[in-house]
Formats: sequence, C-alpha cells, structure tokens
Amino acid sequence: MRTLLTMLGIVIGVGAVIIMVAIGQGARSSIEAQINTLGTNMLVITAGASTAGGVSQGAGTFNRLQIEDAAEKLQREATLITAVSPVISTRTQLIGGAGNWRTEINGVSTDYQVIRDWPLASGTFFTQDDQRALRKVVVLGSTVAEALYAGMDPIGERLQLRSVPFTVIGVLAAKGQTATGTDQDDVVLVPYTTARARLSGRSFIAQILASTASPADIPAAQEEMSAIMRESHKLGDADDDFTIRNQNELAEAATGTTEVMTWLLAAIASVSLLVGGIGIMNIMLVSVTERTREIGIRMAIGARGSDVMVQFLVESIVISLAGGLLGILVGIAGSALVGSLTGWSTETSPQAVLMAVGFSGAVGVFFGFYPARKAASLHPIQALRYE
Amino acid sequence: MTAMSTRSEASPTRASGGLPSGDFIIDATALTKTYRMGTNEVHALRAVDLKVRAGEMIAVMGASGSGKSTLMNMLGCLDTPDSGSYLLDGVRVEGLSTNELADIRNQKLGFVFQGFNLLARTTAIDNVELPLLYDRTHRWSNPRATAIEALKKVGLGDRLDHVPSELSGGQQQRVAIARALVTSPRLLLADEPTGNLDSRTSVEIMALFQELNDEGITILLVTHEGDISRYAKRFIEMRDGRIIRDEDVDDRHIASVDLLTVDDPELAGTP
Repeated sequence: MRTLLTMLGIVIGVGAVIIMVAIGQGARSSIEAQINTLGTNMLVITAGASTAGGVSQGAGTFNRLQIEDAAEKLQREATLITAVSPVISTRTQLIGGAGNWRTEINGVSTDYQVIRDWPLASGTFFTQDDQRALRKVVVLGSTVAEALYAGMDPIGERLQLRSVPFTVIGVLAAKGQTATGTDQDDVVLVPYTTARARLSGRSFIAQILASTASPADIPAAQEEMSAIMRESHKLGDADDDFTIRNQNELAEAATGTTEVMTWLLAAIASVSLLVGGIGIMNIMLVSVTERTREIGIRMAIGARGSDVMVQFLVESIVISLAGGLLGILVGIAGSALVGSLTGWSTETSPQAVLMAVGFSGAVGVFFGFYPARKAASLHPIQALRYE
Repeated sequence: MTAMSTRSEASPTRASGGLPSGDFIIDATALTKTYRMGTNEVHALRAVDLKVRAGEMIAVMGASGSGKSTLMNMLGCLDTPDSGSYLLDGVRVEGLSTNELADIRNQKLGFVFQGFNLLARTTAIDNVELPLLYDRTHRWSNPRATAIEALKKVGLGDRLDHVPSELSGGQQQRVAIARALVTSPRLLLADEPTGNLDSRTSVEIMALFQELNDEGITILLVTHEGDISRYAKRFIEMRDGRIIRDEDVDDRHIASVDLLTVDDPELAGTP
C-alpha cells in the first residue's frame, strides 16, 4: 500500500511528462501538416531586396523576376527540379453564377498543381495546350466555387474576369487555412500565358514555385536554381536580386516555437517527476530504518555491504520503473482523454515514452542511492540489536 | 602484547586454512574491547584469552554486562577488538576489511540468535538458502538441494514452504539452526538460543545441538540458564570482562535422555 502511494508520485510525474510532450508534439505536427498543404518539396523564388546607395529598399522593391526565368530558362536548364511554375498574382472582381466575388487571381503553369500537390474536386486542370493557346479557362478554389455556385456544379459555367469571359473547367479540392490563417481556397487559377495577355500585361511576376523529386534534392536544386537565376540576371559579382527559400525553412520557423513550448511543458512536468523521486527516497529511508534488523541478519550470515546496497537499489529501481510503466499507461490514456476533451491534436511520441522510462529508472538509482548506502554502512552488531 | 607483534609469525598460515595452531578453532589472546558511552568507559573485555579445540561444546555464562555478548561478537567476527589477536580456524581476523569479515562469517561461522532472526514473510527454505546465495566462492552447485538437506536434518523436511509466522518458536529456532548449518561452518555460535523457548522445547533444541556436536561441529553457546549450560562439555563464566571460571562440565546432561523425563509433552505447552 505504502509502496503503491510512493509509486503514485512517479506515475503522475511520468504521466504528466508524456501528456505534456504529447500536446506539444500534437501542436507541432498539426502545424507541420498545414505547412505541407503548401506543396511538397517546394522551393519558392521571390524577388529579392535591392540596395540603392547602401539603403536597403526591402524585399520585392525591385522586381526582376520574369516569365522567362521561370517558364523558359529554369525549365530548360535546371536538372534537379521536376516542376516549375511562375505565379502572376493580381486581385480582381469575378462576376458569374450567383453574383460577384473579389479574390486573388493567380496565373500559373500546368506544373502548379504538381508543386502544390493540389488535387481537383471536380473537372480538369488546364493543359499545356490551353497554356499555349492562351485559352480563357479558370480553375476555381473551393471557397470561390462555394461563393458563386453554391449547390450547383460550376463546370462549364462562364464568368467574367475584368470583363473578359472565362469558362470554368475545374474546381480544386479544399486545402484549408495556412498556418497564419490565410484561406488558401479563396483563389482562382488561370494559365499564366492567359493572365499575362488578358489580365495583367506585366512580365514581372511575384513568385516562381518549383519542386524536386525528393526532399534530399532540395539543397542542390536550390544552388542550381540560384546559379541559373544569377546568369539570367547577369549579376556578375553583385548580390542576389532574388531569394530562394525552401519549405523546410518555412516549416522550421513555424515549428521552432512549438518545440520550445513542448520542452517547457515537459520541464514543468519533470518537476513532478522530481517530487516523485523524493517520495521514493523518503520511503526507502523509512524502509531501511524499519528493516535494520533484517540488514543485521543478512550481514551476520555473510552479506557484504555491497550486497545490501544492491538489494535496496534494486528495490528502489523496481518501484520507480514500475511507477514509470504505469505512468506511461496513464500518460497515453491521459493524452487521448485531453485530445478528445479539448479537440487538440495530441501525439504520444516514442521518444517521450523512452525518456520517461529512462528518467524513472534514473530517479530510482539517484534517490535510492543514499538510503541504500546508509543501509550498507550499518554496523552488523548495531543493526542486529536494533529494536 | 599487540596485534602487530604476532602478525608476522602467523601470516603464512592465513591462506592455507589449515590448523597450524594445534587444532584450535578459536585461538584468542588478550582480546580487549572498551566502549565509550559519553565520558564513561565501559571495559567490556579485559585481555581475554580463549582457546577452543575442534569438536568442543562450550557454554559461556555470566550476568548481563559481564562481557559475554561482546566476546561472542568478537568471536563471530561481527565486531573487532581494540587489541589482542584472534585466529579463527587458522585465519588471522584482526585487520581484515569488512568485506573479508563478511566472507569469513559466511564461510566459517554459523549464528543462532535468541530471537531466531529469520526474515519475515520469507519461507523456511528461502531463509536457509540465503547464506549460500551470499557465498562468493561458488562452491554450492545446488543451493536449493543443500538447503532442503539442512532443513531435513533439523527435522523440518515437511515445513519447507512455511513462513516464520506459521511456525512455532521451536520450529523457528530449528530453521535458524538449519540456516547456521547449511554452509557447513567450522564453528556454530549460539547467543541465548533457548532464551525465548519453553523448557521442553529448550531441551529439544539442546538435543539437536548435542547431536550436531557429536557429528563434529564445534559449538559455543552463550546462556544465562544454568540448566542449559549442563548440556555443554565445557563451562566458562565471565564477570566484568574477564573469564573467572573455565572448567569441564562434570555432570553433563544428555538432552535426549532428559527429554524422556522432562515434563509430559501434553503439559509442556509446546505448540
């Protein structure tokens, strides 16, 4: 009974650590999942900062990204990227279906769907042929489709973009919000060739997206793209006038915060593990005192100090490990409960479980050591005479 | 005489384990022990000399405070004397480390206590097996069987799996004796072995001791009961830390004979 109560300290400590880490990991992986909705193995080139007489003008002030960079040069020369698409971005009013809707129009290439890993809910995406022929076709984001064509199939419907009639050929599957809360589905995609000719007229573009076959290719692809871009822009010794970022960098920035939070939570929970350990030390000291006579008997029949010490150490390790194992069950059950009560996503990580077991073993050794040594250093006669 | 002066002449015999000092199991010279209680000094032992040959059965008597328990602890390697020399079965004991003393207790000595001192919630067989598990020479190939044999020898072959609380006092003491015997010790030390037992059971225990002694085990028992001391072969009386009498027992009683005449078993209150 007393041993059970002592164990409870470790059970709660280990359980708390696991629950806290589970909550932290859950938060982290839901952010990671959101980042992944941006696309797979994605690289983003944006116009870089220009420097005028030592005064930085900020990113994007001097935009020299051109259609030619993306559509022609990168596609032709870069060997490590499997897909590349320019993004010509403009906001305008749509008229069609139930009424009108202001949204973002993105002129992209056929590769865009691959890069963003964005399936269609219905219809088709535009083809190379559409792109070459500058066809006036649009693919709607699900928010736009819902706003203009609620309850009906928009495929084949006509709508107007800046008074230019377009035909709806597809609707994208819903992707949800980004980590920062932007609705990714509030968008309309058109071929970039059409966008340039009919909507914008600009040849400068906001972004170039690209993707590689595997995450391992990203660093090399980044260097290759950088070299091609520098050549294209004839930079010579000048600084880059563009920035290439990859998805991992975006993900790291976002998950870094949750990582810190996870460890903070775990550290707080560890305090209860420490308290549990002190409980074990307490009970072991009581046990040594109560069993002084037994220790004396064992010594009289030939137990060395080290034998007695091992006996008590093993005892405290068993108590704390048993508590640790129970704590794992409590932690797993607890994080499932927290998950279902609060709706937070929780994720019990094997590392946290291993760490908790290791930690409880260490607690057993650490807090068992002093009582065990006390037992081992008893004098046989005094131990035998102890009442 | 100090321990230092005698060490060099005796040290070559330490490793041999033989009996160079003329078959003496115990060869103690000028054992002295003084306890300090605050400012008082208690002279528990004042230069005690004691020689015991193999096969003896000795009763040590004396009032409490006479030093008999201290002597017992010294001879049992549970405590170390302040000065004097002690050869146990040819091994010089003073100067050994606590670990070496533990090994000597394990290999050469068997203890029987007044309060039985069995491990509670531990079966008889596990209690008896325990000393074998602490042995570091690994000379016991089958500790379990050896323990069962020892319990059979003390007449408890049918109580192997009983815990102490399920056994009578006499039976508990038999378990304790089996535990003391299981390592085939050179010397059995018994501290008031019958102190907690009724008179009939006491005689039964003494019969067991005599039987073991007849088989060649050297026994030294501390008691304050005159009746019990008559079962020994030799009698030592202590007072104020000194041996004041040391003589053979003239009218030695044989416990197995006494058992026939002692109180009727029905009335003796044996459990």
